[in-house]
Amino acid sequence: MLDSPTAKMAPVTEQPSQTELYLSIENLWKAFGDFIALKNIALDLNEREFVCFLGPSGCGKTTLLRAIAGLDLPTKGTVMQEGKDVTNLPPSERDFGIVFQSYALFPNLTIEKNIAFGLENTGRSKSEIAVRVAELLQLVGLPEQGQKYPAQLSGGQQQRIALARAIATNPGLLLLDEPLSALDAKVRVHLRHEIKELQRKLGVTTVMVTHDQEEALAMADRVVVMNHGVIEQIGTPTEIYRQPANLFVADFIGEMNQIPAVAGASETVVIGGQELKSQAHKFNAGETVVAAIRPEDIIPHGDGARSPGAPDVVKTPENAFDVEIAEMEFLGSFWRCRLRHEIFGEAELITDLSINAVRRLGLTEGVSFKIELPQDRLMAFEPAGAE
Amino acid sequence: MADVQYDTLPAGPVIKGKLSRDDIIMRMSMVIIAIYLIVTMVFPLAAMLSKSFSTYMFDLSAYELQVSDKEGNFSGEIVTPAQLNAELGVLSDNDLIAGSDSRLGLTQFFPDFSFRSPVMYQIRNTSETGRFLVGSELQTGTAWVELDSNTFRRVQLRPEKSTGLGNFISYFSTPALFNSIKNSVVIAVISTIITVTLAFWFAYALNRSCMRFKGLFRLVAMAPILVPSLLPGIALVYLFGNQGMIKELLFGASIYGPIGIVIGSVFFTFPHAFIIISTALAISDARLYEAAASLRSTPWRTFWTVTIPGARYGLISAAFVVFNLVITDFGLPKVIGGQFNVLAVDIYKQVIGQQNFEMGAVVSVVLVVPAILAFAIDRMVQSKQVALLSARSVPYQPNPNPKADRIFLIYCCCVAFFIMGMLAVCQFAALIKFWPYDLSLSLKNYDFNRMDGGGWGSYFNSIKLALLTAVIGTCVVFFGAYLVEKSNGFKTGRAIFQMFAMLPMAIPGMVLGLAYIFFFNNPSNPLNAIYGTMAILVICTVTHFYTVSHLTAVTALKQMDREFESVSSSLKQPTLKLFGRVTVPVCLPAILDISIYLFVNAMTTVSAVVFLYSPSTTLASIAVLNMDDAGDIAPAAAMGMMIFYTNAAARIIHLLVSRGVLARTQRWRTR
Repeated sequence: MLDSPTAKMAPVTEQPSQTELYLSIENLWKAFGDFIALKNIALDLNEREFVCFLGPSGCGKTTLLRAIAGLDLPTKGTVMQEGKDVTNLPPSERDFGIVFQSYALFPNLTIEKNIAFGLENTGRSKSEIAVRVAELLQLVGLPEQGQKYPAQLSGGQQQRIALARAIATNPGLLLLDEPLSALDAKVRVHLRHEIKELQRKLGVTTVMVTHDQEEALAMADRVVVMNHGVIEQIGTPTEIYRQPANLFVADFIGEMNQIPAVAGASETVVIGGQELKSQAHKFNAGETVVAAIRPEDIIPHGDGARSPGAPDVVKTPENAFDVEIAEMEFLGSFWRCRLRHEIFGEAELITDLSINAVRRLGLTEGVSFKIELPQDRLMAFEPAGAE
Repeated sequence: MADVQYDTLPAGPVIKGKLSRDDIIMRMSMVIIAIYLIVTMVFPLAAMLSKSFSTYMFDLSAYELQVSDKEGNFSGEIVTPAQLNAELGVLSDNDLIAGSDSRLGLTQFFPDFSFRSPVMYQIRNTSETGRFLVGSELQTGTAWVELDSNTFRRVQLRPEKSTGLGNFISYFSTPALFNSIKNSVVIAVISTIITVTLAFWFAYALNRSCMRFKGLFRLVAMAPILVPSLLPGIALVYLFGNQGMIKELLFGASIYGPIGIVIGSVFFTFPHAFIIISTALAISDARLYEAAASLRSTPWRTFWTVTIPGARYGLISAAFVVFNLVITDFGLPKVIGGQFNVLAVDIYKQVIGQQNFEMGAVVSVVLVVPAILAFAIDRMVQSKQVALLSARSVPYQPNPNPKADRIFLIYCCCVAFFIMGMLAVCQFAALIKFWPYDLSLSLKNYDFNRMDGGGWGSYFNSIKLALLTAVIGTCVVFFGAYLVEKSNGFKTGRAIFQMFAMLPMAIPGMVLGLAYIFFFNNPSNPLNAIYGTMAILVICTVTHFYTVSHLTAVTALKQMDREFESVSSSLKQPTLKLFGRVTVPVCLPAILDISIYLFVNAMTTVSAVVFLYSPSTTLASIAVLNMDDAGDIAPAAAMGMMIFYTNAAARIIHLLVSRGVLARTQRWRTR
């Protein structure tokens, strides 16, 4: 490693910072015959960033990953990696390591030989390779397993070996294609934590494809939500969850109550004739919208209707009304309640109440009580299918 | 975002991938193997097809003749042979149909011709393309050639070549020829019904009963694969021939003909049907039987509603495979067919017997039709079979049933006795001094060097051919399958390659062999040099057995994770390193299977190579045929048994090597 990549590059004029651009995708299209799998994708990845592509199956997330890797070339557009146009380069001329759902470990080679596979023919001596392999085994927490064959390891262990093999040559970009999907739930949670740790330690720019929103929210610095070949939203996990860009994202991630409504004047929506204060929205008064609020954002109130932060201040909450509990479902750490009110018509509002709150308010099925839909959590979206 | 059109691709060029060095190597290799297949299969078949449409005819109006008076003055009328023939009626129109080598003398048009006569003759072509021979000298051009009577005797007209259906018309207007179609089809259908029935119950007994000796029966059922198809013919001659041991059992009927062909066909196609049906029965789902039992279905009803539907694709597939094997087989009807003509033997007779290559090509085309049909239906059926397998199926475990088990045991013993009996008769015949007069044992029938057919040399040639075919064939087939399965892009190229690889299965051996004559024996072909060498035998045999080997390789390769190549290229390692380090070791069992398959078939094949061997490359299987033809039936049986023992030994070695290699390189399979 006499000449590092930076030494070869043109003089750096900007101050290198945390957020230096690493990968830039512009106007990317991919067509399979008549089917368009990726539509005008634009995306920038910063150095050291962990980005998740999240979406339902068939949304194009794996296609996008494979376009970045060069495994399946895009039809149109550009992919720039470290300022270099790599759009049409074969995988062998790009700089990345990849881990697949199936692990793709070579079954007839020992763990050591699997990890060493990419280190051979790179000018490293045998002893250098052995040292590096041992280091990697240590890094993924399997120092004693080098002589075994892949079939002798558990799924989680095999995936760690696949990870070690992918990072053995210090690639600038790590691609993970649903790496945890084939594993048991417990192993999955454990391993996702380890992968995140490892990524932080190595500082390698990482893209992970997943259909599991929990995984994406827990691991990613930024999440790219995709659907039907289009990027619906790019943002940090909290942004995606708290401020979904549209109804698809709101619906796909987490639970969301969706109530047919009409836009009122600015910062209001009208549900079943009742005007409620909401987040600022872009709609004109009278347009059909979907009002949305997450179950955990609904605040229950006792008779006194005190605000939870200041129990002594008696304040009439805004957006508050009495509802009847139609059904209660015990889900262990909380109660899921279905609430009825005339303004919702046939629809029911779902809220999650803590066991504490249920006990305090004496709630059972059939009981009425007051809830508040906080203005800053009540959102208005364009209804699905309305373009 | 609103101004972007999302439903249509923007205009402008599509991204063309830059090919990596590996991509280029892979594509070049695939092109090379595709060219190999084109040269060794497509071109020869095309040559044969064009041959079947080339007709030769004497055009009597293309020449002019003039006869002088006794002083040698040419003053008489200029006539064409056509005019003379019209006057004299010497030749009918049918007589003018010719082969490529036909010649026609002219003296027959002159009733008062005498070679002592002082009369002079002159002859010329009317067009520049006309041809006639004086002696062996070819005359072209329109200049007059003056000849005395004695030389005029030696004038021979040459036929003109044209393209048309003439050969087919004369084929279908000759009952002796087109009757073979009916004969072949009838024989194939009868053999198919018998073989599939026998094989089904045999496979049923092995898969669904608790009888003993299953392993032994399985072994016996596979034995016929190890011998040439004409060996049962020899055994039948000994059993039921004119001096047969038990010919009385036929009650005067002759074994030489349909009876012999059917019995022999059942023998040599039995293992093929057995493997297919056995596989189909083995994958049946036990849960269906439990459901049937819980619904109080009778065993008879269960059999017809569960067992038969579950195995039906196997049965259909087996039927078409057997039909194809019987209708394209040449060795057996040659030995035992007598006067009963079938298509495959007709090709041989036309080509070797009558040197009528055009008619041989016509019969080949006729034979290809049912073979391709059977092949196509079989492929369709097999593609459906895959969908039957479900990962959740529970394998069926038979329960002991003493009565049924005993019946199955007796049945299997009968079938095994039939198979082993045929082989035993051949072995017995080979060791007897002179049946039926001197029954003392001797090894003189193994003294092949004293017989026709090439002697021991042909046996060693066969081994050489089998080894070369196994080694070269396995390399070509496996590498070709790898390229077609694992390379990127290049979709059309891969589809065409896949099609080429499937073709040989549909081409009968006789047809392939004949096609090779037409293509490789053409002096203007630069590959003409390999004609008559071991090389052409190896190439022909590899091509002949390409498809099954290819499918074995593809099946093994499909089980490999398709991301291995992606991982390897992301690690910047050459694909060929992956091929050598991972693909080949993991697929080693399949590779060994391909090589033993090629070895055994190269030892036993007769049909394709019968047209292609030369005196220095005679083969054991051909020697069996030729010795039988020459009346040396005992040595033929002896040679046939040599092939059997060689193949059996090869199988055992294959088994041991497989075990050894697996133990060493496939340690990873065991946890």
